[in-house]
Amino acid sequence: MAQPSAASAADVPSLIHARGLTKRFGSFMAVDGIDFDVAPGESFGFLGPNGAGKTSTMRMIGAVSPVSAGTLRILGMDPGRDGARIRARLGVVPQQDNLDVDLTLRENLIVYGRYFDIPWAEGARRADELLDFAQLADRRDTQVESLSGGMKRRLTIARAMINQPDVLLLDEPTTGLDPQARHILWDRLYGLKQRGVTLVLTTHYMDEAQQLCDRLVVMDKGRIVAEGSPNSLIAQYTTREVTELRFPVGTQAAALPTLEGLADRIEVLPDRVLMYAEDGEVVAEGVHARGLHPETVLVRRSTLEDVFLRLTGRSLID
Amino acid sequence: MAASSIARVFEHQALVYRRTLRGSLFSSFLNPVLYLAAMGVGLGMFVDRAAAAGAAGNPALGGVTYLQYLAPGLLAATVMQSAALESTHPIMGGIVYHRIYYAMIATPISARDIALGTLAWITARLTMIAVIFAVVVLAFGAAPSAGLLLAAIPVAVLTGMAFAAPIVAFAATQRNGEAFPAVFRFITTPLFLLSGTFFPLDGLPAPVQAAAWLSPLWHGIALARSIAFGAVGSNPGLALDHLAVLLLFAGGGTWLAVRNLQRRLVK
Repeated sequence: MAQPSAASAADVPSLIHARGLTKRFGSFMAVDGIDFDVAPGESFGFLGPNGAGKTSTMRMIGAVSPVSAGTLRILGMDPGRDGARIRARLGVVPQQDNLDVDLTLRENLIVYGRYFDIPWAEGARRADELLDFAQLADRRDTQVESLSGGMKRRLTIARAMINQPDVLLLDEPTTGLDPQARHILWDRLYGLKQRGVTLVLTTHYMDEAQQLCDRLVVMDKGRIVAEGSPNSLIAQYTTREVTELRFPVGTQAAALPTLEGLADRIEVLPDRVLMYAEDGEVVAEGVHARGLHPETVLVRRSTLEDVFLRLTGRSLID
Repeated sequence: MAASSIARVFEHQALVYRRTLRGSLFSSFLNPVLYLAAMGVGLGMFVDRAAAAGAAGNPALGGVTYLQYLAPGLLAATVMQSAALESTHPIMGGIVYHRIYYAMIATPISARDIALGTLAWITARLTMIAVIFAVVVLAFGAAPSAGLLLAAIPVAVLTGMAFAAPIVAFAATQRNGEAFPAVFRFITTPLFLLSGTFFPLDGLPAPVQAAAWLSPLWHGIALARSIAFGAVGSNPGLALDHLAVLLLFAGGGTWLAVRNLQRRLVK
C-alpha cells in the first residue's frame, strides 16, 4: 500500500483525508480500504480502468454517497454529518452531463448558483465571468441542447465554479471528447490550477493524468496499487524507454524466445511485444541483429500506461 | 436551510416552466371550454330534457342543471389528470433523461428538498389549472355561486396532490417511462370516467359504491361538489371523511416520495 508522505500530512492540514475508505454495494467491494490525502492547491488524480472504484470514491468525496467503512474528512468535516456544508464548498463535474437542456447557458449557471443561495444578480455577474473563462460568452443566451460535447463539458466546469469552490472534483472530464476538445479543456483546467484551485480528478487516460496531476494514485479493483507524481511513478515502475514490436499475424509466438535478454523486461500483449530498456534504439538494433523482422518497430518514452501494465498486467483501456 | 433549499427547487421548476408558459396556459383554458361545451351544454341539454327539468334544475341531480352538476366534479377530475402528467415524465427527466436531480444533490440541496420542492411546484401548477378552470366555469354561467366554486378550488388541488404524491413516489422507482401509459390507462382514465364525474353513483349497485370509497378522486369530487353547492352543512361528518382520505393519500404519498427519491439518488 502506498504511503502518503508524512511531511505533507503533518505540515499542511489536508483538504481531503481518507483512511481505510471503503464502499460496498451489497457483497461487491467497489472501494476496498484506501488511504490518501489531498493538500490545498494540489492536483490529485485517480488513475485506473473502468470499474476500479474511481467514481465510487469521487461520489463519497462529493458527499453524495455514504461511506461504508473507514474515515473520510473533507475540508475537516465528516460527510455523514455535514454533507450539505461540505457540498457548499465543492465544485462537481460529473462523468455524465446533467445540464438543464431547457435553459440557456447563462440561466444554467445562475440557477445552479441559486442552489448555493447566491443572489440572482451576483449569480448573473459570476455567470458572465465564467462564460468568458469557458470561451462560451458568445452563446450565453442559446439553449444548452445546441452545444457540442466539448462545449457542454466546458459549461459544466463553469457551472461547478459558480460557488467559488475550495475543491473541484472532475470525474473523467474528457471521456468521449475529440482530441481538439480535450486540449481546450485541459488548457482551461490548467488555468484553474494556476489560480490555485485544488483539482481532484479521475481518468483512464494516462496522457491526461500526465498533463494535469501533480500527484496521483493508481487504482485497480478497488485498491490503490501505487502512488506518486507521474514522473516518479514512471521512474519507479518502468524504464525510460519502450520498444514496441509488431510481428506479422501468427509469427509473434515463434519470435519470443529469440527476444530474451534484449531488454530489462518484456511484456507480451496479444498484438505486440513491449521491450522495456533505458535505450530503446539499442533494443531495436538488437532485434534486427538477431535476424528478426517485425512489421513495425516503435521506440517511445515510457508512460503511465506502462506503469499500469507493470502493476496490474492489464491495459488501462481494453 | 431546508426551507430555502425547497424554495430553490421550486424556483428552478418555475424558471423551466416560464419557457412553455403561453402554450401551457392556453391548453389549461381550452380543455375546460371543450369539456363544458360538449358534455355540459351539449349532452346536458338531453339529460335535462329527459329528466323534465324545469327552471328549478334537474330533480335527479338535486335540483341543478347537468352543466352545473358537472362543473365542480370535472374541476377535481381535470386537476387529477394534470397531476398524473406532472408527476410522471418530469420526474423521470430529473432522474434519467436529463439527470438534473443529480446536479442538484451535488450542491447543498438534498434528495428530500428535491421531492418536497417538486411537490410544492406541482401544487402551484395544479392551482393555476384549477383557477383557470373555475374562471371558465363562471364564464359558462355554470356555478350556482361564484364564491362557493372558488372555495372548491383548494379541494380540487388537494385531490390532485392525493394522486401526484403517490405517483411521484412511484416514478422515483422507475428505470424508464414504460410503466406510465399503464398508470394512465388503468388508474387515472378509469377513475376519471367512473368516480362520479359525469353521473352520480347513488343509483348504482352497492359493490360499485363501496369500490368508489377506495378512489380518492370520488372523495375529491364528492367534497368539491358539496362545497360548490353549499351542501357541506347537511352532512359535515361525511365531508370530514372525504377530507381525511385525501389528506391520507397526499400525506402518505409525500412521505413515500421523499423516501423513494432518497433511495434512488443517494447510493
